[in-house]
Amino acid sequence: MDTMRDDTPNEASYALAGPRDYFSLLKPRVMSLVIFTAFVGMVAAPGTIHPGLAAVSLLSIAVGAGASGALNMWWDADIDAVMSRTAGRPIPAGLVPKAEAAAFGGFLSALSVALLALASNYLAAGLLAFTIFFYVVIYSMWLKRLTPQNIVIGGAAGALPPVVGWAAVSGSTPLEPWILFAVIFLWTPPHFWALALFKQGDYERAGVPMLPVVEGDRATRRQIFGYSIVLAFAGMSPFVVGMAGYLYLAVSVVLGAWFVALAWKVLNTDQSDHGPAKKLFGFSILYLFAIFATILVESVTGLHG
Amino acid sequence: MDKEPNNNPGETSVSVPDEQKQRKQRNLAIALGLGAFMLIVFLVTILRIGGAVADRPF
Repeated sequence: MDTMRDDTPNEASYALAGPRDYFSLLKPRVMSLVIFTAFVGMVAAPGTIHPGLAAVSLLSIAVGAGASGALNMWWDADIDAVMSRTAGRPIPAGLVPKAEAAAFGGFLSALSVALLALASNYLAAGLLAFTIFFYVVIYSMWLKRLTPQNIVIGGAAGALPPVVGWAAVSGSTPLEPWILFAVIFLWTPPHFWALALFKQGDYERAGVPMLPVVEGDRATRRQIFGYSIVLAFAGMSPFVVGMAGYLYLAVSVVLGAWFVALAWKVLNTDQSDHGPAKKLFGFSILYLFAIFATILVESVTGLHG
Repeated sequence: MDKEPNNNPGETSVSVPDEQKQRKQRNLAIALGLGAFMLIVFLVTILRIGGAVADRPF
């Protein structure tokens, strides 16, 4: 019996997992951005929904996003274990068994989609199911280990929450929510590649074909700069299609120019200097938050369009 | 603390106080989660059906 325990050193720590460890399987920080962008989608959408049903819908979207995070941690436990950024996650830390993370994520996925269908409509529930499927199967299982375009295509999963939120309120998905989708979609590559620049060693060790690992440092910096320019223009598109007002235009122009300026600095530094990349990574989070916060403020105050 | 009966031969887990405490917390979290889920489904039902709950043939 003693030898068996030696063979499974994690067994003792499994029994020590608390509710908090299961909660951290849901990637609470990613979840907070999902909740926020989905909420903005709900507020910006035309039509009304009972506040109670809106709250349950938002909860469903949050739990669905969290569930896909747990499934991602189940699938990528081997990668997470060798990356310094993720080595402390519950599975590589030996706190939660892999199979339990899979069951937890799968169960919450089904529950969140069903609950969203009850609280809003089948379109929103279908979109949430598609988001989970895309993140877990298309991104985590298929693309992440296959191509440096992994996060470019996989970014669609992170970009869908405002569309789901919009659909939950209005029951349809016209052009406007897809504009919000496009902003997050184009934001994802410069955001993650900035991270990959200063965490390149991690990805190399884990064998994940991130752009800096495959194409090199220079090519990544050029791609970041290119995407930043496209993002800066895409960021203004909510004004162009008439879903946002002049306040939004001002915010998106200023922050877009700032984004490009930081990306320009990243472009013109060499491999040894991680400062600009870290700065851009931090700013990118602020950028997305500010863009969506402005849409929220305009929608609430009636300044939009 | 009493030792938990081991119903699973081949499993070596011995309940120490820390393990029991965490198990209790996990159980409590599951209970709260189930309770919250029941409340939410009830709330959604009432909000969606509303006053129309009486509109049915008897």
